[in-house]
Amino acid sequence: MKLIVAIIQPERLESVMDALDGEGVHLRTVTNALGVGRQKGHTEVYRGVREAVNLLKKVRIEVAVNEEFVDKVIDAVVKGARTGNIGDGKIFVLDLPECVRIRTGERGVDAIG
Amino acid sequence: MHKSIVTAALLLLVPAFAAVAWAQDASGIDSGDTAWLLVSTALVMLMTPGLALFYGGMVRRKNVLGTLMQSFIMIALIGLQWILWGYSLAFGPDHWGLIGGLEWAGLVALDLTAASDYAPTVPHLAFMMFQGMFAIITPALITGAFAERMKFSAFLVFSLLWATFVYDPLAHWVWGGGWLSDFGAMDFAGGLVVHISSGLGALAAALVIGGRRGRGMPTMTPHNLPMTILGAALLWFGWFGFNAGSALTAGSLAALAFVATNTATCAAALTWIMCDWLFQGKPTVLGAATGAIAGLVAITPAAGFVGPLSAIAIGIGAGVFCYLAVAVIKPRLGYDDSLDVFGVHGVGGIWGALATGLFASTLANPDGTDGLFFGNAAQFGTQVVSVLVAVTYAFVVTFVLLKIVDRVIGLRVSKDEEILGLDISQHRESGYTILD
Repeated sequence: MKLIVAIIQPERLESVMDALDGEGVHLRTVTNALGVGRQKGHTEVYRGVREAVNLLKKVRIEVAVNEEFVDKVIDAVVKGARTGNIGDGKIFVLDLPECVRIRTGERGVDAIG
Repeated sequence: MHKSIVTAALLLLVPAFAAVAWAQDASGIDSGDTAWLLVSTALVMLMTPGLALFYGGMVRRKNVLGTLMQSFIMIALIGLQWILWGYSLAFGPDHWGLIGGLEWAGLVALDLTAASDYAPTVPHLAFMMFQGMFAIITPALITGAFAERMKFSAFLVFSLLWATFVYDPLAHWVWGGGWLSDFGAMDFAGGLVVHISSGLGALAAALVIGGRRGRGMPTMTPHNLPMTILGAALLWFGWFGFNAGSALTAGSLAALAFVATNTATCAAALTWIMCDWLFQGKPTVLGAATGAIAGLVAITPAAGFVGPLSAIAIGIGAGVFCYLAVAVIKPRLGYDDSLDVFGVHGVGGIWGALATGLFASTLANPDGTDGLFFGNAAQFGTQVVSVLVAVTYAFVVTFVLLKIVDRVIGLRVSKDEEILGLDISQHRESGYTILD
């Protein structure tokens, strides 16, 4: 089992979700996040004083899957999130030692989907 | 001891009697009327920030400041335009029934201490400023149609042109001694001048600028409905100045307009949530707020001409017609009038102006006219023609102005700026922080 964490541009969320649905992956967790990568931040001005904002708004998507879905999820996220511009984001793939479905108490590969 | 208190009390009354004696001075200016009109002016001013909150709550987080700003800055922009040339175009000496002259530009030629023919019991300046607040809120109403995607520079230029070439002439035709008032059009507080003009202007704007990116996606929902409710409540509050203030006197006509305004609004808010309940399963809070605004819009032209029961009928009509326009017709036609300016102000204004020709009664206002339901079908015909004129003029001229501004400046922000949001891209600020 793997946990796939993707950090993407907020406005790409819809197309990533569509792409995941297209691969038959319907379970996901989405949170707002702030982050900075190689992309430059921007500046904001408050009463004439310029403030550097170097944490930008991002969206973090987490998907836990069995091994056979790992490449499908990666492809879907790349397809949905890529614009070719700096700041498109990153995908992290982590080993997932255990998974429990709270309602039934199922564990492991049966609990994940 | 007792006696001295009584004497002191009597002495205190003396200036009060003196004040009564001076309430109407030689120039005909009445202190009660003047006080009410000044308070009404401040009430109408508060409607524009109220509108800012009403709209601001309905957009996405990234556009909250840009949306608030489009209403807020109108107070400054049109507040100056009105003094410099707007008032003169709308209410200055009439030329061919079409437009006021520039004789009163900058208010230089006005007698600043006297009253005007428009309102003989209040100072001319008080009347001018009261009307100025109407001129301010009307272009601000349109901003809901192009919310979340208009370039700020283009927006300023468009609003200035719109106030000058749409609002000022229409105000002149209906209220400034122009041809529509000679024709007999009844518009107590701005059904034609404010709501049909902004509503049809909004429809033209939505068509010219095109829809927002990402329409129909789940992230397009209103970001702060409590803000919207607060805005609607401030609009309702300020509308008493708008309608009851339009009596221009502090007497029974103001009271009639006040009661009609509140009554129609109550009926429309309840009607809207009943429609919600019937067709969508739940009565929504946004529906209650929207219904209230629809009722306020519809009663505006009729407020000083109809009794309370007619006001209820007008309010119910506003709830039904505006609900249909917003929830049924707009989705089918597919234009992105983002915050339903046409659906509420256009449709509500048309209904209100027509309803004035149905429900107006000399029983309610002996100085008014009877409508169709009180035996005077001709007035309804007059209202129909007036509506057609206002609808056509507002739509066509707004359309042309937008095309010109689009050609010269460009109406719409770039794709990247739209994705980033108006707050950062147009103002370089954020409405909210994410981290504490």
